[in-house]
Amino acid sequence: MSQVSSMPKPRRNVELALLLLALAVGIGANMLVGVDQEKAFDSDFWFQSSLLAVAALVFHGVLRFRAKYADPVILPLVVALNGLGLAMIHRLDPPGSDTGNNQLRWTLIAMAVAIAVIWFLKDHRVLRRFTFISLAASAVLLVLPLIPGISAGEILGARVWIRLGPMTFQPGEIAKITLAIFFAGYLSSNRDLILLAGRKIGPLQFPRFKDLGPMVAAWLVSIGVLVFQSDLGSSVLFFGLFIVMIYVATSRISWVVIGLALLLGGGFIASQVFSHVGLRIDGWLNAFTDEVYGRQYGGSFQIVEGLFGMANGGLVGTGLGQGRPDLVPFANSDMIIASLGEELGLIGLFAVVLMYLLLFTRGFRAALGTRDAFGKLLACGLSFAVALQCFVVIGGVTRLIPLTGLTTPFLAAGGSSLLANWIIVGLLLMISHTARGPVDTTPLPPSAGAESVGIDTPTEAVKHA
Amino acid sequence: MNQAIRHSWVAAIAMFALIFGAISYVQVIGADALKDNPWNKRAILQTYCNDRGSIIVGGTPVAESVESNSETCKFQRTYPQPELYAGLTGYFSQNYGATGLEQSMGAELAGNSDQLFLDRVGQLFLGNQPKGASVELTIDPQIQQLAYNLIPDGQRGSIVVTNPKTGAILAMASKPSYNPNLVATQDPKAESANINELVKVPGVNLNQNVSGPTGELLAPGSVFKLVDTAAALASGKYNKDSVLPNPAEMPFDGIQYKLPNYAGGNCYTRDTASFAFALQQSCNTPFASIALDLGRDAIAAQAKKFGFGEDVGDLLKLGHATGNGFPDNLDKPGLAQSAIGQKDVRVTPLQVNMMTNAIANGGVQMAPSLVKTLRSPDLRVIDEPQPAQLRTSTTPEISKQITEWMTSVVTDGIAKGAAVPGVQVAGKTGTAELGNGTNNSWFTGFAPADNPKVSVTIVMEGVDIYAGAKLTSPNAKKIFEAVLNK
Repeated sequence: MSQVSSMPKPRRNVELALLLLALAVGIGANMLVGVDQEKAFDSDFWFQSSLLAVAALVFHGVLRFRAKYADPVILPLVVALNGLGLAMIHRLDPPGSDTGNNQLRWTLIAMAVAIAVIWFLKDHRVLRRFTFISLAASAVLLVLPLIPGISAGEILGARVWIRLGPMTFQPGEIAKITLAIFFAGYLSSNRDLILLAGRKIGPLQFPRFKDLGPMVAAWLVSIGVLVFQSDLGSSVLFFGLFIVMIYVATSRISWVVIGLALLLGGGFIASQVFSHVGLRIDGWLNAFTDEVYGRQYGGSFQIVEGLFGMANGGLVGTGLGQGRPDLVPFANSDMIIASLGEELGLIGLFAVVLMYLLLFTRGFRAALGTRDAFGKLLACGLSFAVALQCFVVIGGVTRLIPLTGLTTPFLAAGGSSLLANWIIVGLLLMISHTARGPVDTTPLPPSAGAESVGIDTPTEAVKHA
Repeated sequence: MNQAIRHSWVAAIAMFALIFGAISYVQVIGADALKDNPWNKRAILQTYCNDRGSIIVGGTPVAESVESNSETCKFQRTYPQPELYAGLTGYFSQNYGATGLEQSMGAELAGNSDQLFLDRVGQLFLGNQPKGASVELTIDPQIQQLAYNLIPDGQRGSIVVTNPKTGAILAMASKPSYNPNLVATQDPKAESANINELVKVPGVNLNQNVSGPTGELLAPGSVFKLVDTAAALASGKYNKDSVLPNPAEMPFDGIQYKLPNYAGGNCYTRDTASFAFALQQSCNTPFASIALDLGRDAIAAQAKKFGFGEDVGDLLKLGHATGNGFPDNLDKPGLAQSAIGQKDVRVTPLQVNMMTNAIANGGVQMAPSLVKTLRSPDLRVIDEPQPAQLRTSTTPEISKQITEWMTSVVTDGIAKGAAVPGVQVAGKTGTAELGNGTNNSWFTGFAPADNPKVSVTIVMEGVDIYAGAKLTSPNAKKIFEAVLNK
């Protein structure tokens, strides 16, 4: 990789220009959906538009102040996606319902938390101190929905929610971040041991169990708990996160092979053992059979209705506010991609997916550019998690893969998802700030260790060893 | 490590390539198959829930889409005077499709017709919800109400009122009727429960795109004698001075059956009859002898010229049945019976009215019309069908002669009940035996005889002779008066 040696440029004005464009997209969409819903320019519209604009500009101001070298494209992309999501949720709100404003509340909370992360953390490397705390936190977060009293019980077949006063929250969304922090911290500290100490069996180098133990423990906890929570989508997501981070840490393709083999094997066993997994797969393969379509649980009604909606949208879409996305169950959450596909058409949906592509690409660039292994692993893991989550959701909606219950980042209605993804954005912005800014010559945090100085030669050395 | 990051990025890009492919497949390549999927209610629902145009009678909607507060649909189709207009409007149902004008004018009402192309382009750019055209009918609401009320509840019957010079339909009513609102509800359970109740009502044309006056095939009885009369005059063998044989019974070689004149009437009083007398009293044997004299083909040709057995097509924009005209392969008794509108002759009330109109209009039969104007959502007239000649049924001379005789039917004959003081009314009654002791009782006629403004055809089904007589001619009189006094 060619390190940029010229003077770093903050590019905050570029960000401001893009941000105004993003607000125009989000607010324009919100205006358009209202025109045919006879709620154009209602109080919700002004309330949502002005608050979103103010929050985005405040966020921008904080970046100018605290992370002025942060990637200028990330925030506008996220604001545009979040604005589109707000518009579609507002559009789908039946009279008297408040999902749109609830989503706005959560957007503001999530942006505030992301701002707090940027403001107080100052340097992402500090997070490495919390490696094992993150592991513990992940375990707690994942177990919470199973604890009576806190648990919101089984909602739509999954036990992933907890009750916080009047609201429900999905701690697994946050666990995604804490697990990434743990993996990044543990792998950046121990990857030499994992790589070098161990036995070689055939073409595959196996690490010592004691070096891999915490990883396996983390993995088992997440997968195990999720099995009990019947949350297939999160299982896939955590597993993917685990594989990609261990691959990036070791550069060994064998890990990916083993990981995918485990995933497919585990998936097969799960489909045989757990009825809900089997039903999902059946609903995917046989979506267009009478029996599966009409089945009350695990049937294909939802996905088939979503496909009808997207087909109805076709190339150019029905136009915002003019389709019937409300015919699809969970049109504003799990199926919001189908809703956007119906009203924006293939062209609009491609634009949305391209925004995600640009977003995770910017995350990977931050991973490439930052100089510490922890930051690289964290940025790469979080970016890949965003990409994988999009793949699982959109692939599920388009019947590319079985439909699993994951939220579409920033678009879908749901507070925990917004909070988690905005925190991810905050972390990526900070990592990109260090990646793009002048080389930091301040002493590293005490626990950072020596291996993460400068460039990533150790990996290369190991490779040729 | 950077190389692995790049590889991870490539993996993510590969996943997104799959997503792009999947979206393209669903939204473009496989889209048509998905749209055609029988489970896909979206297309019909979209039509169903749109702001559909109104069907308007006398400036008032009789079918309209009003804003709905339901979650599935923004608009609800309603029928403010449901039973009165059910035969014309039909219904527009989410699950049972559409009938009547709702079906035949469906493209216009939904805003999909060619005339509305420019409006649709406008909607595309303005982003408005599609709005359909409104259909204004030729129906006169007062006459329609009167006609409907003249059919007693529980009585099966139809009344057609038209303008013979234009073919415009002023009223078209039938009973039993039904409430289309029951079939257009958005509650699928209520809808299917209602429709299951409605199909049990005899005579309700629920699942067909027809109403009684255009869809019901009935034996015309004696009104068919007008066909014989026209055929006789057209043949040149008969004229206004012809004397017709009028035996009390007409025997046939080799069988016991004898065609009788009606036992209770005046026909028995004489063995021969003038045309006027034969029509006045509706004697059977004179017309049977004309048919036997002229032969089956001459009668069939004249019936065809009056439109019997001819396809009314979509002239009316309403579903219709096509009668069989005059049957083939008739033996002599069959020909005689058919000539008096019995046996297998089947016509619709509208066709009898069209025959009457041809006589009233100097032999020229006008195409019946029900649609007066088609208006775009901004009330601009986008189509206004003009009166059109359908066919020439007979000559002006013959029609004038028949009119003269039909006038004497009302003044001196058995249709006296239809007489309107101060106005010359031309009419003809008919009674078709159903074989169970009841009859279909007909009246068809027009007024004023010398300058017809209105023609009325009434049929009451399954009545005895006296009830039929009370329900036909006197009711015709009321309608004549109502129209002429307007």
